Amino acid sequence: MAIRYNIRMAGVGGQGVVTASHIFSTSVINAGGESTIVPFYGSEKRMAPVESYVRVSDEPIYEIGEITFPHIIMIFHPQVITHGKSYTNPFYYGLKKEGIALINHDGPIKFDPDQERELMELKAKIFFIPATKLSLEVSGIDLATNMAMVGAIGAITGLTNMEALKQAVVDRFLGKGFVVSGGTAALDSVVERKFKKKQELIEKNIAVVKAAWEFAESHGWVQHPAKKSPEAAPVST
Amino acid sequence: MSEAVETEVKTNPQGDPITATKAPPSTQSGKRDPHADAKKQKVVSPEYMFFEAPREREFITGSEAAKEAIRRSNVDFAVAYPITPQSETMQLVGVLYGEGYVKEYYRGEEEYGVMSAIAGASRAGVRCFTATAGPGTLRGIEPIASWPGHRLPAVAFFTCRVVNAPLAIQPDNIEIAYLLNCGMLVFHAENQQDVFDFIMKGFVISEKNDVTLPVGVCCDGFFVTHARGYCAMPDRGLKLPPRDSWRGAVPVLDAENPPARLSRDAPVQKSNFMAYNIHAVWQQEVWAAVERSRKYINHYMGGLVEAQDVDQADVLLIASGSAAAQSREALRLCKDEGIRAGLIKIRSLRPFPTAELRQLCTKAKLIVIPEFNYVGWLAKDVAAAIYGYSNAKIIAGPHVYGGMSMPVEMIVDEVICGLTGKKSSAVPASAIMGATEVDQEAVAHFMQNI
Repeated sequence: MAIRYNIRMAGVGGQGVVTASHIFSTSVINAGGESTIVPFYGSEKRMAPVESYVRVSDEPIYEIGEITFPHIIMIFHPQVITHGKSYTNPFYYGLKKEGIALINHDGPIKFDPDQERELMELKAKIFFIPATKLSLEVSGIDLATNMAMVGAIGAITGLTNMEALKQAVVDRFLGKGFVVSGGTAALDSVVERKFKKKQELIEKNIAVVKAAWEFAESHGWVQHPAKKSPEAAPVST
Repeated sequence: MSEAVETEVKTNPQGDPITATKAPPSTQSGKRDPHADAKKQKVVSPEYMFFEAPREREFITGSEAAKEAIRRSNVDFAVAYPITPQSETMQLVGVLYGEGYVKEYYRGEEEYGVMSAIAGASRAGVRCFTATAGPGTLRGIEPIASWPGHRLPAVAFFTCRVVNAPLAIQPDNIEIAYLLNCGMLVFHAENQQDVFDFIMKGFVISEKNDVTLPVGVCCDGFFVTHARGYCAMPDRGLKLPPRDSWRGAVPVLDAENPPARLSRDAPVQKSNFMAYNIHAVWQQEVWAAVERSRKYINHYMGGLVEAQDVDQADVLLIASGSAAAQSREALRLCKDEGIRAGLIKIRSLRPFPTAELRQLCTKAKLIVIPEFNYVGWLAKDVAAAIYGYSNAKIIAGPHVYGGMSMPVEMIVDEVICGLTGKKSSAVPASAIMGATEVDQEAVAHFMQNI
């Protein structure tokens, strides 16, 4: 049977939820899989609710539109739960039986008793990942929280791999098909200066992705082993 | 952190969006003729274009797919009104005009003027295209409804949006219900690939002498126009043959064939049997032409319907447009549940695939018809077409409207309710037809009210 995950990513404005969904989606495609995304947000302001719907599979995806009944929900900010900052309330609304909730929080959150019971009835698997803390520790700032969430979901779904994720991060910063291994020699000086700054950002982002991937692995969250990319990955056209 | 430095997005000075479709790199230096590539296009036969030319797959939006179809369709005239809601389609066709792929292009005063301009240009013998959506379709529907009677070949692209109050600009395909009875051909595209193919094939079918009717290519707005999907396309250096209006069934209007005849003898001016007869034969001939288009739809589009896993199926999903995309996934979920389900995707709504449905639905026990509108126009047509030819229970639903996406699980729920007799939470009893336990009075109410 096809591996298929419909994922609802919820967070707040400024965290890069939509960016995270783009990078994860691209990485799945880089690894030879299929993916679609549908971002969903209202006013574009900091701390306002943002959702992004990502479908990933190893078979073609035909479905369109928002995801009402996700296999996985990812909560990028605890306020989604504690302040109800979400288009879907409670945060696990529509989660499928035995679905996964991946929540950015340093430790378990105490849900109210009704929510606790409903999550029990759903047999939901709840994974708490200290994404912001990981981002601070690894990159020095909290802005790579989204990258930590991407690393964890990559490891959990197994539909991508670190190489494909790296390429997706590079694509995001430098444009699709940019060959990093080609070196900077051929670049003119302007591009080179810009490239150096970006290169640093890329490395930090990738380090956070990797740390979160390993975090997920070490906590036994992996549902499928990481997929190998096809021989000639369709990344540079 | 990833938000800190964004990839630079370049726009050109005119503000035209840079699209994802690949353009060959410019080899010339200095001043370059902007029409150079368009001038180099080679005319090929529709058969070569559709069936033989090698295709390359690109990941593009529905609007870009429409643009690429127009690039290869040898279009003479395009006119647009930038109504809200819209798709980028006509803006992108404007870019094509700048590049010389479309010979004439302007912005209309409003949709009524746009649709009237299409009528005039098509009668003058040139190949015409426009696109609109939702309220724009209804604003222009008076001239649109007169196109078929005037025997005007043209393609209009309707990227369906909400038309009814309360105000919304989301996808909802209720406007197709208004187009179905105009006498034009109506195709419903599922995805970006269909948009590309249906528009190009639409021109060819529209201009066949024994058809000579406008084609409406519909898709569910936003889901298809604004989202990306894979689209396999022949080389951009190829184009369809031009419209041969001098060979057309209806003489073109020019200084030697002035439009005076119709104005002088307009049936509307006389209340006598001659006037009634003119109108009657005229409409009979329009709908006869709709019938005659079937052979071309079969030839170029591979049939009015596409059937998937129908032979062994107990349950048939019948859908068009985005509902067909959702139904493909529902098939997968049904298979996981051990339910034998098949899909009939309807490509052509006018002409309607009556014979095909009668043949494909004979063995089905249950038919579920998901739609992205409130009234269920497709279910009504399907029920009327297969009446007496199938003993299946027909569920006219589930429906979403006002811009909602249809969860695939909603379709599967209806399949399970239909098979087990469990009460549905989404479809009223009055929208369940065909089986013996069905409430006939409720069904009569449903059929009268759509």
